[in-house]
Amino acid sequence: MMDENASARLMRRTLTVAHRVVLFLAMLVICLPGIWIVLSSLRPTVEIMAKPPVWIPQELSFDAYVAMFSGIGKGGIPVLDYFRNSLIISVTSTVIAVAIGMAGGYAFARYRFRGKSGMFLGLMLTRTVPGIAMSLPLFFVYARLGIIDTHFGMILAYVALNIPFTIWLIDGFFRQVPKDLAEAAQIDGCTRWQAFWQVEFPLARPGIASAAIFAFLTCWNEFALASQLTRSVNSKTLPVGLLDYTAEFTIDWRGMCALAVVMIIPALTLTYIVQKHLVGGLTSGAVKG
Amino acid sequence: MATVSLKKLTKRYGNMQIVHGIDLDIADREFIALVGPSGCGKSTTLRMIAGLEDISGGNIDIGGRVVNDLPPRSRNISMVFQSYALYPHMTVRENLGFSLKIAGAAKDDMDRRVAEASAILGLDELLDRRPSQLSGGQRQRVAMGRAIVRDPDVFLFDEPLSNLDAKLRTQMRTEIKKLHAKVKSTVIYVTHDQVEAMTLADRIVIMRSGHIEQVGTPDEVFSRPATRFVAGFIGSPPMNLHEATVSDGRLVFSGGDSLPLPGQFKSKTAAGDNVVFGIRPDDFYPTGHGLSSGGETEVHRVDLPVSITEPLGNETLVFAEFNGADWVSRMLNPKPLKAGDRIGMSFDLSRAHLFSAETGKSLRA
Repeated sequence: MMDENASARLMRRTLTVAHRVVLFLAMLVICLPGIWIVLSSLRPTVEIMAKPPVWIPQELSFDAYVAMFSGIGKGGIPVLDYFRNSLIISVTSTVIAVAIGMAGGYAFARYRFRGKSGMFLGLMLTRTVPGIAMSLPLFFVYARLGIIDTHFGMILAYVALNIPFTIWLIDGFFRQVPKDLAEAAQIDGCTRWQAFWQVEFPLARPGIASAAIFAFLTCWNEFALASQLTRSVNSKTLPVGLLDYTAEFTIDWRGMCALAVVMIIPALTLTYIVQKHLVGGLTSGAVKG
Repeated sequence: MATVSLKKLTKRYGNMQIVHGIDLDIADREFIALVGPSGCGKSTTLRMIAGLEDISGGNIDIGGRVVNDLPPRSRNISMVFQSYALYPHMTVRENLGFSLKIAGAAKDDMDRRVAEASAILGLDELLDRRPSQLSGGQRQRVAMGRAIVRDPDVFLFDEPLSNLDAKLRTQMRTEIKKLHAKVKSTVIYVTHDQVEAMTLADRIVIMRSGHIEQVGTPDEVFSRPATRFVAGFIGSPPMNLHEATVSDGRLVFSGGDSLPLPGQFKSKTAAGDNVVFGIRPDDFYPTGHGLSSGGETEVHRVDLPVSITEPLGNETLVFAEFNGADWVSRMLNPKPLKAGDRIGMSFDLSRAHLFSAETGKSLRA
């Protein structure tokens, strides 16, 4: 007969193994679409469309990538233009949305003013409207203003899309920074402005970094509005560029997947760079014991 | 040289008045404690002196300069917060040197002053740690270090010890007292703990609902409380306070029991006056177990039943029933007692207090 300790040990080991198996399966489900896109970008259409699916690729090639960067007429698309547009639009609107989010979030976290809760609720309510529902009115307004197919128009739309979210997120982080710290900094000789940059901003940085990542990814991946408001290489972004692979009767799945990979890489890199700023708990030790 | 002078200092939030025009003159190098219950306006007063709250009226004068509208950084003060408010993203060294860095001090000057402060407070080994790696007492010391590095005219302390456990609090209290002896600045210290106020301060300011009830040395506020509120607030255990009516040279309590009217109040009361009689536990004691200075001139003795005892080792608090209420007394050289025992109790009436029942003011004057 096994004693109690031995059976408890066995139980614990079994649970650990089960835990890992479940985790592995969950990760597999999450990662599979990504892996599938990378795989599909490297193999011929026949294999992509095969039924039953071919799990282990027979031949791999970088043809799709080579073709993508070759000129128009050789199966290429203006990917560099799209990339440039995406970058300009995403970075600019992220910077603006984060700057406004910081100002707004700080104001909501620190100051009392008339209509504060109403205003905050209003900001949140704008998030309940599906972006695509706004696309037609937005199209008409933009058409009148003549800002369809411009970087400016896209940046404006994305800033508006992101601001409620950045304000909400950054507000939460500034709330976690004790008010005493800014006051201590003022006693230590700071102006209100210095106290913000020297003390409150560094402590809210994880929140500001997460807001920036979210805002950037929203712009980088957005398709619905961009497909309405862009027309040409002047302003078309990468997600809209994917449509270039659809022809009247065919869809070049391999090319589309290759472009998708090209889109994912910068987003992934950026997230990786910024994530080290996301460590929370920086405010611990500021107050109390 | 930094005197602090408050003139008709007022704070209003909308229609609510928090501080009602207080006047206070603080001498150079004086240690002043502001005490009072929560919400009495003591912290608000301190924050107005610091410049963290706007004032609604009156004047604040630091070192002969009116600072009403100056920002905190221009007042040459430093402040220790209840929460310590250390900058969590900086090391102890950076925390200490922050004010000098902002002021643009030279590197070697900064190092020297940080080293001085760190030596005074024994922080040398902690200089490269972050606040999150420090214990409560260490954080408290860093907060004080940050205050002394600035070499301010006035130190402001906002309940600095209330987050510490009882033992550490006693220890830090001593350190604050030593620190004041060393740095010789004017100190304004806010606390709700009357023991801290009594042990640290040169003078104590007792506040209540935005008014100053009394300003005086620890001995003055203890021995000659100006109002019933001060009498009840200062001293532990608190003074026995009971309403009575003057009648025929006696104080008659509501339950029918009575005491002789203390001699010093005979000329200050008239028959029918409603008063509050107060006597400290030290002046109401089991006969033969009092302070017995020998100088008692006016002792009234009465046998009373004991309702409960609290032994503290060197003394016992005896709650004796008189006039239907428990009156606390302090028994020195205690002997065992149990509830229900009848013992002889002494009222040292020469040390009793009388307050007007309407105004709460002392009738001693």
